[in-house]
Amino acid sequence: MASNSIDEKGNHGVTTLLRRLAIYLFTAWTTITVNFVLPRLMPGDPIQQLIGKLQGRVTPEMIAAIKAQFGQGLNQSMWTQYVHYLTQLLHGDLGVSITLSSPVSDVLSSQIWWTVGLIGVGAVVSFFIGTALGVFFGWTRGSRADVVIPAATFLQSVPYYFLGTILIMIFAATLHWFPLMGAYDPTLSPEWSWTYIASVLRYGELPLASIVLSSLAGWMLGMRNMMVTTMSEDFVLMAVAKGLSRRRVMWHAARNAVLPSVANLALTIGLLVSGSLLVEQIFNYPGVGNLLVNAVGNEDYPLLQGIFLLITFTVLGANFLADALYYVLDPRTRTAAVH
Amino acid sequence: MKSLRIPRSPKVIVGLIILGIFVVLTVIGPWIAPYDPNANTFIPNLTPSWEHWFGTTTLGQDVLSQLLVGCRVTMVVGFIAGLVATLISIAVGLAAGYMGGRTDEGLSLLANVFLAIPGLPLLIVINSYLPAGSQANPLVVGLVIALTGWAWGARVLRAQTMSLRDRDFVEASRIIGEKRWRIMWSEIGPNLLPIIAASLLFTILYAVGVYSTLAFLGLTNVSTWNWGTMMYWAQSNNAALANEWWWLAPPGVAIALVGTSLALINFGIDEFINPRLRAAGLSARQRRRVGLARRPRLGFTPVLRQSTVDPKKVS
Repeated sequence: MASNSIDEKGNHGVTTLLRRLAIYLFTAWTTITVNFVLPRLMPGDPIQQLIGKLQGRVTPEMIAAIKAQFGQGLNQSMWTQYVHYLTQLLHGDLGVSITLSSPVSDVLSSQIWWTVGLIGVGAVVSFFIGTALGVFFGWTRGSRADVVIPAATFLQSVPYYFLGTILIMIFAATLHWFPLMGAYDPTLSPEWSWTYIASVLRYGELPLASIVLSSLAGWMLGMRNMMVTTMSEDFVLMAVAKGLSRRRVMWHAARNAVLPSVANLALTIGLLVSGSLLVEQIFNYPGVGNLLVNAVGNEDYPLLQGIFLLITFTVLGANFLADALYYVLDPRTRTAAVH
Repeated sequence: MKSLRIPRSPKVIVGLIILGIFVVLTVIGPWIAPYDPNANTFIPNLTPSWEHWFGTTTLGQDVLSQLLVGCRVTMVVGFIAGLVATLISIAVGLAAGYMGGRTDEGLSLLANVFLAIPGLPLLIVINSYLPAGSQANPLVVGLVIALTGWAWGARVLRAQTMSLRDRDFVEASRIIGEKRWRIMWSEIGPNLLPIIAASLLFTILYAVGVYSTLAFLGLTNVSTWNWGTMMYWAQSNNAALANEWWWLAPPGVAIALVGTSLALINFGIDEFINPRLRAAGLSARQRRRVGLARRPRLGFTPVLRQSTVDPKKVS
């Protein structure tokens, strides 16, 4: 179906990709604006209250900085404040964290790699294992292997924080197979040494396993359903009729069935990141999620805003990568430009 | 509607039964709770017994009472958020899909923006700016959850509306001169029902999960009992390290069961929409009874429908 490659507005593949990029840029701008508007328009004036609480607890310069960032008592028009806010952002200035007393951008750049490493590896591993399992269970549909469906459905419904806590209880606290919490042996100091890297890997095993376990079932169920649908397509029957081996037929069907999973990748990255913020809370792991919860608890609004921007921009970037991957994988989006 | 096969699949029946039990508990839970969930007068850390079915916490509170009382708040927030979000997505999806043009461009952009912004961080940010009184109010939290959870349903409904818009029966009522809202409501609307139902279940699932997550993180009022706050107190008292499984397991399993029941019902709706999945949902014994081969064959996915021929004679 050549018409598949052209969307309802008659756009070709590359144009569609550019449209997606435009939407993400618009979303990024919306996020920035929401960040600007929320603290100014919320009922009860949260910033005013915060400044009241902070009087005498932090330096006057700090209070002046917060006032400047949230436009308190400056008698500037909203528009002037907005332009000022955008200019600051363009220079990478996210303000100063109240509790940590250092620039938000410094705090974030020191912590983000823990999150990116853990969640990134977890997402990739669970996508590949889940999709492979989905191919297998789609192939064996209608057999006894179907019992995995209700089991996977249950696993998918288990809240992440519950799964993580139970894993800690069984494998770390009771069986002592894994270290309890943290990201590395507390007796070591961060450096480029083998002992340190080995310790990071060792401490990462259980958090990683919990991420993979919790998101595995979704990929598996989605892929299985697509396999079931794809296997009744004519081209699969054709492959069987040509006498191809089972494995080749399976590969043939799986390659076509995986496309919606890749398309869904963009949708689920946001969910995955949201859910995985909890991993740091449960395993006492450093990273952005831990910072976020602490920032909320301490009413550290500059840090909170910075984290929200960082997370949203990362998710938008990942979404665009997933869209581009879809463009590469589905030949129909590319051949369209030739016609 | 004799083709309505939904309630017959065993998955759907199990799902409806589990959900039914929790709906009943939502209504009567706080009345049948044996003790006051806040009373900390019991011996701490009791394992399950006849006096305390699910044991007691480190703080000397009865776990079963907390579970029963917490059921109501959790479920009510989930259902309110799910209903409101689904109403928004119906309005946006139908309008965008049917009217097309500028309306569609604008509404689709809005939905895409909400889809791309990660929901939980947005929720945490909005929640943290709310006045303390509103944070404690489950209704307000439910509405904020609805605000972050409608976009997925709107997108699916828009796509389906667009595919229905140019069908003959819709064209016919346009020619008759029916009003626009009437076509949307009584011609297109009924054909969207399975998708609306699936979207409602999905959104309730999302809302229950997200509300419990917020509560687990201690971002709602921690003295209002819901399943998330139970986990919050268990976590902050290191129940996992002390191996107090009876304290951790009930709220987690309860949330998972509600989620499973909604997903099982959703399976039924999926099989209703996509008949090819239907045969795949049969057990080996059922396959034999309706006269299908034991193992499914490639290229042939049988579609089951009411047959006038006795299947026993065919096989």
